[in-house]
Amino acid sequence: MNGFSLERVHAVLVKEFRQLVRDRLTFAIMLLIPIIQLTLFGYAINFQPRHLPTAVLAQENSRFARAIVAALKNSSYFDFTRQVRTPAELNALVRRGEVQFAVTIPGDFTRRVARGGDAQILVEVDASDPSATGPALAALEALPEQALAHDLDGGLAARGQGAPPFQVVVHNRFNPEEITAYNIVPGLLGVILSLTLVMMTALSVTRETERGTMETLLATPLEPIEVMVGKLAPYVLVGLVQTAVILVTARVLFGVPMMGGWIGLSLGTALFIVGSLALGFLISTAARSQLQAMQMSVFYMLPSILLSGFAFPFSGMPAWARAIGEAIPVTHFLRLVRGAMLKGQTLGDQWRELLALFAFVCVVTALAMARYRRTLD
Amino acid sequence: MTLAIDVTGLNKSFGDKHVVQDVAIQVEEGRICGFLGPNGSGKTTTLRMLCGLLTPDSGRGTCLGFDIVTQADQIKRRTGYMTQRFSLYDDLSIAENLEFIARVYRLDRQRERVDAALEHLGLASRRRQLAGTLSGGWKQRLALASATLHDPKLLLLDEPTAGVDPKARRTFWDEIHELAARGLTVLVSTHYMDEAERCHEIAYISYGRLIARGTAESVVAGSHLVTFNGEGPDIGRLAHEIAGRPGVETVAPFGAALHVSGTDRKALEAAIAPFRREPFHWQAAQPTLEDVFIHLMGQAEDNWPGGSPP
Repeated sequence: MNGFSLERVHAVLVKEFRQLVRDRLTFAIMLLIPIIQLTLFGYAINFQPRHLPTAVLAQENSRFARAIVAALKNSSYFDFTRQVRTPAELNALVRRGEVQFAVTIPGDFTRRVARGGDAQILVEVDASDPSATGPALAALEALPEQALAHDLDGGLAARGQGAPPFQVVVHNRFNPEEITAYNIVPGLLGVILSLTLVMMTALSVTRETERGTMETLLATPLEPIEVMVGKLAPYVLVGLVQTAVILVTARVLFGVPMMGGWIGLSLGTALFIVGSLALGFLISTAARSQLQAMQMSVFYMLPSILLSGFAFPFSGMPAWARAIGEAIPVTHFLRLVRGAMLKGQTLGDQWRELLALFAFVCVVTALAMARYRRTLD
Repeated sequence: MTLAIDVTGLNKSFGDKHVVQDVAIQVEEGRICGFLGPNGSGKTTTLRMLCGLLTPDSGRGTCLGFDIVTQADQIKRRTGYMTQRFSLYDDLSIAENLEFIARVYRLDRQRERVDAALEHLGLASRRRQLAGTLSGGWKQRLALASATLHDPKLLLLDEPTAGVDPKARRTFWDEIHELAARGLTVLVSTHYMDEAERCHEIAYISYGRLIARGTAESVVAGSHLVTFNGEGPDIGRLAHEIAGRPGVETVAPFGAALHVSGTDRKALEAAIAPFRREPFHWQAAQPTLEDVFIHLMGQAEDNWPGGSPP
């Protein structure tokens, strides 16, 4: 034993610091990540989501109906994005996830308010993400007391006293018991898949560069697309096995419902797996070492978890954050998985997300091919 | 005669470093050309340009009759390239590495070729051993076997025997001569003078420029170098006293003897005249390739702004 020498510690410390500063990318990432993420997520994430997309089906065009819509709007929790004419339309919007709430004001609403006692409006809620809708539902409770306060005049003034003039019937759909696991477990499928797959391919190409085997590959007649397809194929299998394991576990341990939409879900899973792998490949064309590849993968993972609607309600984010979220494949995959498992979406509901995933695969593959160098230049 | 390699005016810069300057190389079919030069002189860069791994900034010419700029794919298919650093897969077995190469080149009779290569290497019984666990000499022979598996017409070897023991080097060079005898053209970079002497011809590159070319004898003769061999006690002190005298270009101890060289015979003789006495014995000697190269290195203009090359 040589004892403990501060001078030797100092020697290691100085060397380490020099190497750290010399690796510019690592250094930049270490400084930039906290700043970007702090501002990004600090502003984007909202536990009290407001302005949630809402559709209204007003079966009577009355003063009362307009007053109720106005009161909902004023609460700032509901944004009326769609006006529909039939219950079927309303139903489709909720199933596709285009609106979070569907408000139905029945045709005999005014008559029933006037008669007193049994006036109702129906609010259907997409409860697949309970955390997104909770605060808005709480705000609904005050609605009957206040919504018609200014409109109950003349002979109806008495209706403003005592019992509320109407009731709000809330109908939770897709996850009526508001079980968080029903929302989180399907979401985890997307997060776990991208976490493992992006990193695996990102490392697999950088490893060749680091070990010097890339030189051998480049000296052979191998084409870039051949390298890419050959490298990705085994991991597609890995991804499929992971998917099967997670789905079975979701069913057996958490009792997550499996409503249907299998064709769309299978297609989406395949596209999502390929897209994630291609993204990893793209990362590896930019990273100079396995460490850098790893850092870039992590850099990608954070928005995938935070802005995709996995951890926080998508509809509660500001528009710019939703725009970033739309560019992330996990966002679309989550909608597909939740849609299939909880809502039983059909291809007619799913094609938008499938198209988005397909576009992602194409763009990322094209970028990776453009960036993959056929020489050592 | 047919030229397997015929390139002129090759240039390549990385940033502001002009690594290869106007290099021209001609190698006849079936010949072994030794590619020499100090570290960082542009040998690896030149080899990589010849096999399409790097794109030359300027220059033209052909390898195996194909244009090096526009037909790199054709050249790749007919060229075996062995990298300086072992670049097969450590975590694949010997046979698996060869199988991979056979498939990438879409060779016919793959199993047969791999078996033959293993047999030739004498590794048939160790085919399942991981390549990473081989010793340095065996790794190089495996790399050579893999670089020649697709029957290339041209073989580019980048310091294939660096760090390999003399016996393994000997075996390696016997194989290279065998391949050349079968018609393969070989361009091999090396730092070992004994290897340079085993080449049919040599090309010497320094600081990116080709400064000597020909057979070993013609390069020695072309240098117009005069060498005297001095023997006696305390050679180290003698070397110290002689170095720096006018006419003396290089002084190099060889065991108990001293090689003193210069291009001006008169000046050189004048320089050693004071030491032509007991206990020293002097005689004119044939300059070795090494004397010539050290002389050439001293002559070469230094194009590295910082002094020594990286």
